[in-house]
Amino acid sequence: MLGMTKKLLLALDHIEGISKLDVYRQHGGYAVLQKALKATPESLVEEVKKSGLRGRGGAGFPTGMKWSFLAKPEGVPRYLVCNADESEPGTFKDRYLMERIPHLLIEGMIISSFALGANTSYIYVRGEYYYIIKILEKAIEEAYAAGLLGKNILGSGYDLNLYVQPGGGAYICGEETALLESLEGKRGNPRIKPPFPAVAGLWGCPTVVNNVETIAAVVPIIQMGGDEYAKIGIGKSTGTKLISASGHINKPGVYEIELGLPVEEFIYSEQYCGGIRNGKKMKAVVAGGSSVPILPTELILKTAAGEPRLMSYESLGDGGFATGTMLGSGGFIVYDEDTSIVKNLFTFARFYHHESCGQCSPCREGTGWMEKILHKFIDGHATLADIDLLWDVQSKIEGKTICPLGEAAAWPVAAAIRHFRHEFEAYVNNPAAIKQVKHYYRLNKLEVVNS
Amino acid sequence: MAKVTIDDITIEVPDGTTILEAARMIGPHVAPPTMCYYSKLKGTGGYCRTCIVKVEQGSEKDPRPMPKPVASCRTTVMDGMVVRNNTSPEIQEARAGITELLLINHPLDCPVCDQAGECHLQDLAFDHGKVKTRYEFERRTFTPQDIGDNVKLHMNRCILCYRCVKTCDQITDGRVHGVINRGDHAEISTYISNAIDNDFSGNIIDVCPVGALTDKTFRFKSRVWFTNPQEAHRDCDKCCGKVTLWTKGTDVLRVTARKDAFGEVEAFICNTCRFEKKQLSDWTIDGPRKVDHKSVISANHYQVKEAPKYLYDRVKLLNQGLDLPEVKDNK
Ligand SMILES: Cc1cc2nc3c(=O)[nH]c(=O)nc-3n(C[C@H](O)[C@H](O)[C@H](O)COP(=O)(O)O)c2cc1C
Ligand code: SF4
Ligand code: SF4
Ligand code: FES
Repeated sequence: MLGMTKKLLLALDHIEGISKLDVYRQHGGYAVLQKALKATPESLVEEVKKSGLRGRGGAGFPTGMKWSFLAKPEGVPRYLVCNADESEPGTFKDRYLMERIPHLLIEGMIISSFALGANTSYIYVRGEYYYIIKILEKAIEEAYAAGLLGKNILGSGYDLNLYVQPGGGAYICGEETALLESLEGKRGNPRIKPPFPAVAGLWGCPTVVNNVETIAAVVPIIQMGGDEYAKIGIGKSTGTKLISASGHINKPGVYEIELGLPVEEFIYSEQYCGGIRNGKKMKAVVAGGSSVPILPTELILKTAAGEPRLMSYESLGDGGFATGTMLGSGGFIVYDEDTSIVKNLFTFARFYHHESCGQCSPCREGTGWMEKILHKFIDGHATLADIDLLWDVQSKIEGKTICPLGEAAAWPVAAAIRHFRHEFEAYVNNPAAIKQVKHYYRLNKLEVVNS
Repeated sequence: MAKVTIDDITIEVPDGTTILEAARMIGPHVAPPTMCYYSKLKGTGGYCRTCIVKVEQGSEKDPRPMPKPVASCRTTVMDGMVVRNNTSPEIQEARAGITELLLINHPLDCPVCDQAGECHLQDLAFDHGKVKTRYEFERRTFTPQDIGDNVKLHMNRCILCYRCVKTCDQITDGRVHGVINRGDHAEISTYISNAIDNDFSGNIIDVCPVGALTDKTFRFKSRVWFTNPQEAHRDCDKCCGKVTLWTKGTDVLRVTARKDAFGEVEAFICNTCRFEKKQLSDWTIDGPRKVDHKSVISANHYQVKEAPKYLYDRVKLLNQGLDLPEVKDNK
C-alpha cells in the first residue's frame, strides 16, 4: 500500500506487472483519485500548499504557491502540462518512474488537473524516451477504457483528456516556456517573461507546468493529507525525493530518500550508493544535475561551518555558491580521486554549447567560447591567463540571459575554477603529461541536425 | 502615470511604458543601446541583452532592488522605480561583456560592408568595446545563401536580433522567413531557400542593425558617408511614399525609409519606392535629411556625441596607453 513505508513514490516499483492498470489497482492505485474527486478543487490545492511540496524539476519552487497563482479568467481554458523532458546530464529519475509506474503519474495528472480545473492536459516527454512514450500511451489507453479518463470520470461529472507529446530532442525544451512553444508546434525558444505561464501559457491560456516527480507526489499528499506529508523531511524541504545517483559509486541507480538524509550516509551506506567503487577515495560531487556547482569532498560532506551536509534544499544551498551548491533536479554524480575535473567540465561545457537555443547573445556566443577555451586545456596548450579569461567569460553570461540555461552553463565553470583551480594550473604546467593522456572524447563537433 | 528615475533624472510616464521607452523620453544620452528592440514592430526585444539596466529600487511600494540586471526593453516601469544605466559601473561592465560576445564571431569586415557608417554594432563597439579582442579561435561562418534579387544576406554578420523575422511576420504576406538551427549555428533563412519576394520585403534591410541584410541595388556603389541624404516623397498607392534618397550628384544610389534618432524607420516603405524609383525625376525633393545620433554620417558623431563623462575618461586613458593625442572634450 502507498504510504506504508517511507517510500511514497517508489513503494510499488518492484512489483511484477505494476505498469498494468489491474495490478496497479490491486495495490491500491486510483483509490486516491476516487477520494480526490469527492473533494473540492480548492481543498486539494490547500492540501498541496500545506504539504510544503517543492517543484522537483530543479528550481524547487513551492508547488502549492504555483498552483494558487494560476489565473482563472471566466470562459478561458486552463492547462496542466507535465514536464517529462528530463535531459539534464546526471538526471534519470523521471524515466525510472514513468517506465515502472506510469499509472502513478497518470493518477497524479488527473488529481492535479481536477484541482486546477484543467480539462485538457499534456505530458511532454523527451523525444529520446521513445519507449516510455509507448508505455505511457498504453497506460492512458487503459485508463480511458476504465473510465478514469475522458468524460465524466468515475461518475464525478469531471472531464479530462490527457495527451502525450514527444519532445523535439532538445535540452532547452525542458525549460517550461520553451516547452510550451514546442508543444504549440513552434521552435523551442524560451519565452521572455513576464508574462508567466500561470497568466499566459499554452496558447495564451493560464497554464501550470510541473515536473513528473512533482505531479506523482501529489498522489501520496492527497492520500495522507498535506499536514502529514509536511512532517516527512526537514524544515522547508518536506517529503521524499528521487535521487539519480551515478558516477564512481558501487550502486548507481534511482533512490527515494527522505529529505534531510545526511549526504555522507547517502554516499556510503549500503542502502544507497554503497560507497566509492574499487576502494578509491571520493574527489567531488555534483549534487543536483550538471548545472549546479561542483563541490569537493570536504564541502559536500560538511558545510563551511562544519555542520554535516544534508540532502535538502537548504543544507545543500548553505554557504551560497562560495561553499555550497543546490539540490536541483537530484542528479547526484560522484567523482573519485582519478577524475579530471577539467575534462569533466569540458564535457559539460560542450553540452551547453550544443544545447543553447541561440536566442540571446551572451549564451549563444559565450557557451561556445568557454568550450573552446576548455578544449585548449585538454589539448595541453592553455596558459594561466586562460583560467582568468574563462572566469571572466562565465561572469559575462551569468545573470544576463533570457532563461537559466546561460547560468546553467556558467555555474559549473565558476565552481570548477573556484574549488579546483590547481587542476587547471596543472594542465597548464604539464602540457607534455597531458598530451600523453588518451582522450576518449570526440574532437569533432557534435553534428548539427537539419530538420 | 508612474514616476521613474533613470540615472538620477526623474520623469513621469504612462503606466505600461518600458524602462527603455521612458529613458528615450528623457533623451538619447540616457537611453540604453538597443540591438534587437524595435518600437515599430510588435514583440521585439529581449534577445541581444545590450539594453540591460540595474533596477535599484523596484517601486515605491516594494523598494527591493531586482536581483539581476533586466532587459530595459522588456521591463515595464513601476511607480517609484529607480534605474541606473550609464551611472552604474556594473552595467557598463556587463554591457562591455555583451559587446565583446557579440563581436567574437563577427567577421569585422567593415571595410567591405555596405552597412559601415550606419551600423549599430559599430556604434556599440565604439561606445562599449575593447581595443583588442580576446578571442583567438576561428570565427563562425555560414554557407552563403541567395534570398532573392533585391536583398543580400551576409549571415556571418548577423547578430540574430530577430527584427527581420518579425518584419516578415508582421508586415509582409506569407511567412517565408525565419530562424533555423540552434545555438551558435542558428541562422536566419527563407523556407527551403525561397526568395523573399513580396511588396514590403525590402524593409528587412532597414531594420537590420548590422550588415547582414543589405540592398543589392546599392551594393558596393559608394560608402554611405560619401552620399547625400535628402528627404523626398512621391505618390505611392502602396505605402506612404516618404523616403530618404541617398544621392551622389544627380544619381539616386539608394532609397530607404526615413529613420529617427534611434535608427528606427518612421514608416515602412514598399519595394517599388525602394528598388525601382532610382531617378531624381521620380521624386519630389523636400530638402536635406538631418541624420542624427546613431550614425557617423551625422557630422562628427564621434566627437560631439553627448556621452557621459566617464566614457571620455576611458577613451583618454586608452589613448594615453597607446600614445595617441588627447581626444578633445567638446562638451
Ligand atoms: C535549460 C532548462 C532545462 C530544464 N529541463 C527540465 C526538465 O528536463 N524537466 C523538468 O521537470 N524541469 C526542467 N527545467 C525546469 C523547468 O523550467 C520548470 O522549472 C519545471 O518544469 C517546473 O516544474 P516543478 O515546479 O514541478 O519543478 C529546466 C529548466 C531549464 C532552464
Ligand atoms: S540563455 Fe541560452 S538557451 Fe536560454 S534563451 Fe538565451 S540563448 Fe536560449
Ligand atoms: S539579419 Fe539583421 S535583422 Fe535579421 S536577425 Fe540578423 S542582425 Fe537581425
Ligand atoms: S534591445 Fe533590449 S534586449 Fe535587445
